[in-house]
Amino acid sequence: MTVSKRMYLKISGVAAAMALGCASIAAQAADLTGAGATFPYAVYTKWAEAYQAATGKTVNYQGIGSSGGIKQIKARTVDFGGTDAPLSESDLDAAGLVQFPSVIGAVTIVVNLPGVKSGQLRLDGPTAANIFRGAIKKWNDPAIASMNPDLKLPATAITIVHRSDGSGTTDVMTRYLAKQSPDFVRDVGVGKTVNWPANGIGGKGNPGVAANVQKIVGTIGYVDFADAKKNGLAFATLKNKAGRFVLPSGDAFEAAAAGADFKVKGMAPDMLDGTDQGAWPIVSATYILAYEKGDDAAKQQGVVDFFTWALNKGGKMADELDFVALPATVVSSVEAEMQRIK
Amino acid sequence: MEESIAWKALRMNDSAAHAQLDAHAAQVRIFKRQDSIFHKLTFLFAFLVLAALAGILISLAIESAPAFSAFGPAFLWSDAWSVPDDEFGALISIYGTVSTSLIALLIGVPVSFGIALFLTETCPRWLRRPLGTAIELLAGVPSIIYGIWGLFIFAPLFARYVQPWVQAIFGDLPVIGGWFAGPPLGIGILSAGIVLALMVIPFIASVMRDVFDTVPAVLKESAYGVGCTTWEVVWNIVLPYTRVGVIGGIMLGLGRALGETMAVTFVIGNANRIAGSFFAPGNSIASVLANEFGEADPGLHTSSLFALGLVLFVITCVVLGLSRWLIYRANARQGV
Repeated sequence: MTVSKRMYLKISGVAAAMALGCASIAAQAADLTGAGATFPYAVYTKWAEAYQAATGKTVNYQGIGSSGGIKQIKARTVDFGGTDAPLSESDLDAAGLVQFPSVIGAVTIVVNLPGVKSGQLRLDGPTAANIFRGAIKKWNDPAIASMNPDLKLPATAITIVHRSDGSGTTDVMTRYLAKQSPDFVRDVGVGKTVNWPANGIGGKGNPGVAANVQKIVGTIGYVDFADAKKNGLAFATLKNKAGRFVLPSGDAFEAAAAGADFKVKGMAPDMLDGTDQGAWPIVSATYILAYEKGDDAAKQQGVVDFFTWALNKGGKMADELDFVALPATVVSSVEAEMQRIK
Repeated sequence: MEESIAWKALRMNDSAAHAQLDAHAAQVRIFKRQDSIFHKLTFLFAFLVLAALAGILISLAIESAPAFSAFGPAFLWSDAWSVPDDEFGALISIYGTVSTSLIALLIGVPVSFGIALFLTETCPRWLRRPLGTAIELLAGVPSIIYGIWGLFIFAPLFARYVQPWVQAIFGDLPVIGGWFAGPPLGIGILSAGIVLALMVIPFIASVMRDVFDTVPAVLKESAYGVGCTTWEVVWNIVLPYTRVGVIGGIMLGLGRALGETMAVTFVIGNANRIAGSFFAPGNSIASVLANEFGEADPGLHTSSLFALGLVLFVITCVVLGLSRWLIYRANARQGV
């Protein structure tokens, strides 16, 4: 009898502790929840942290992938969604969503070739497209060699490293390569998951691709700027629309962003292959989706408040994470667009 | 001997004894009720397992229906997997899953057998505990650690030292050369199989060790007594005595290998094709699911991924059924 009583006390004690724990979790529950693209995850969480420090309001963003973000916002389970591939106007209207860009990121081409340092290998768009569709199979192929007379290119096979998971990074990369070569569209396709050629291997996430390029000799891959820098990978320079070979850098991304016209509906202009002299060609914005008419006015206002704060005060944080903040003119048009969120 | 309360009550018509008897009866009724509640509760828990299993099977079937109606049974042997063209088939992933698991068993079973044999028969007593604990610890290492180790440590070493050497020896031979063709990347079907082997060894080895320990000492001692060598004792006494447990251990390892996700995703290369070479990258069912599920668009792609899940479920069930059948047949032959 006494044993069971003691047991009972113990159990009730545990239960009480759990209830207290739950209560404290509930009290900390985020004021705003968002979910979606993993590409800008680092930026959003950094913004959320700073926003909480500044205002005391919490924003919880889950990097579950762009498709997941779109699913969640359409299912009305989150307050805002994040996606790398913008929704079309008709999609936005059908789902009653407002879309605006939050930050700009770049995709870079990285290589692992013994003796070739970062920035030494030069590629133009069509050659890159031919490499990534498997038409150019060796590093000493005349198409590459003619652009790089100073480099001693080995006769080793090219191994393409691509994303194994569906990804906005792949979407941006394939859209860029599709512009360079119609054959690329035929052989590989365009989208978040495509048919890479037989000399390809997949890595999971940007870190997975970066690790494979780092570890395997003779590889070429595409990763976002931040992961490429973090892993100390060798960049290829790419010939832009203006005919210049450009190295990926903050300035080159800003030059590409400055040339884009965000005044189109859905605020998703094509930023690829910009015409500016110094523009890096593979640049894309990532987007936020919010409800045009929400059930909870306070949360709707919360979304507007958070992104107004982030776009005005978060530029430096984005730069530090190797993203590019939206130009000031774009920020004001995003603010105008956000007035539709009610 | 003390007289029982019931007798006392009957014999003496003793009211105090009667009251005591009633109290006893009440106590028994409470116990009975508690027993019945306990029985129902445990039944409910057991039933939950069945309900969850049925639920998983039904939801997999429902979600994969569009894929099976679009591609028919050909889904199972079609080697297409193209998201842009909306064409899907399971063959590439089935090949990857089965081949990596078989490689894992091919390496893992003999090694595990050796470990178990050493630990139970020839290991010095003081070394048994630390070695046994080490193997159990190995079983507790999270699979992602194996994946990271495989990608960052194993793959570069494998690519630099082992693959060129293998290609130099077998590369020019007909047929066999083809098994090892392609650039030495360090990741691929064979690498995934080797990493899986390391992951299943602790499982198989610890089960084998445990069942080897159950062999009665008198049997072994008799065998040694008539002059058997250690090998003869293990092969003719220990193994026949423990076959059920050994098969169970191997199947446990196979089950883990078939469903392993993270470690395989790291080292298999994640390429949707069947190359024929063990050095070439491929894809397993679990790795395709891990890679593509998050960003799959609703429609045929998602449905095909569910269909792959269903296929994996069926493969696992077949493996389980096969092991039951093997055990049954082994028992029948022994006349047990």
